[in-house]
Amino acid sequence: MFYGTELQNRLFLGTAQYPSPQILSEAIAVAGSEVITVSLRREGREGAGFRDILKDAGCRILPNTAGCHSVREAVTTAQMARELFGTAWIKLEVIGHADTLQPDPFALVEAARILCAEGFEVFPYTTEDLILGEKLLEAGCEVLMPWGAPIGSGQGLRNIEGLRSMRAHFPGVPLVIDAGIGAPSQAAQAMEMGFDAVLLNTAVAKALDPVAMARAFSGAVAAGQEAHRAGLMPRRDMAAASTPVFGMAELA
Amino acid sequence: MRIEVNGESVTTGAASLAALLEEQGHDAASVATALDGAFVPRAARGTAALKDGARVEILAPMQGG
Repeated sequence: MFYGTELQNRLFLGTAQYPSPQILSEAIAVAGSEVITVSLRREGREGAGFRDILKDAGCRILPNTAGCHSVREAVTTAQMARELFGTAWIKLEVIGHADTLQPDPFALVEAARILCAEGFEVFPYTTEDLILGEKLLEAGCEVLMPWGAPIGSGQGLRNIEGLRSMRAHFPGVPLVIDAGIGAPSQAAQAMEMGFDAVLLNTAVAKALDPVAMARAFSGAVAAGQEAHRAGLMPRRDMAAASTPVFGMAELA
Repeated sequence: MRIEVNGESVTTGAASLAALLEEQGHDAASVATALDGAFVPRAARGTAALKDGARVEILAPMQGG
């Protein structure tokens, strides 16, 4: 449950960088995504067309505070987004460094506290740091979104053991891998590890064929989710014959 | 007076944020506004007075990740 909302499809899709609005619409439809992320920017010419796409997609809108570097910028952006999109959901990004796009953990917690107190349902873009995660929950967040790798890098799950610890540390908290996913196999891996959803953008938008890649990711996320539910076999260091030895003919 | 709208210098006679939106031809329902870095809700635009040098942001939905 994400703030009381049950979602069947666990692929959250970003809407930026697609070759055309038409391809964006098709990618969302093919992926079957129920949640898409959007931003707020200075009013331009293409604004009206994009509003139509959002309406036609029929998805839940998760506005972001992308590009914000301070608590004040992020809070103001969130307030503007709530009015414009009519949702209390906000993907809270407070960027600490322009090159790494790493979250600023201190500003993130402060902004989260302010927004939660104002009734926002905050999806914080965070790291796999456990104490930071706890502080965000204390601030009122009910979902955490740890990065897989730096935004747009396509590196996948860069700190698998850290993410595994995080999953174990917050058993009841919806955790979404946000950012850094480059391939469907990486998305499947995140879901197999028990993460609740994957949020990605560039890997689909910048594929040679974004619509086909959206389908591939959707399948991978569903497969990973099913595999986690089914229970993966424990890993072994040694071989273990799968065919029974009993009843084997003596042919030597 | 001269104010800044979305980073550009603008000369306006609008006394309020609501008047500015109308003067600039914005669809008031499909933008969000901020004045000097603080959010101004739709209902408060009529009473949000513009002063010389004011910084106005008029934002719309855009693609994002």
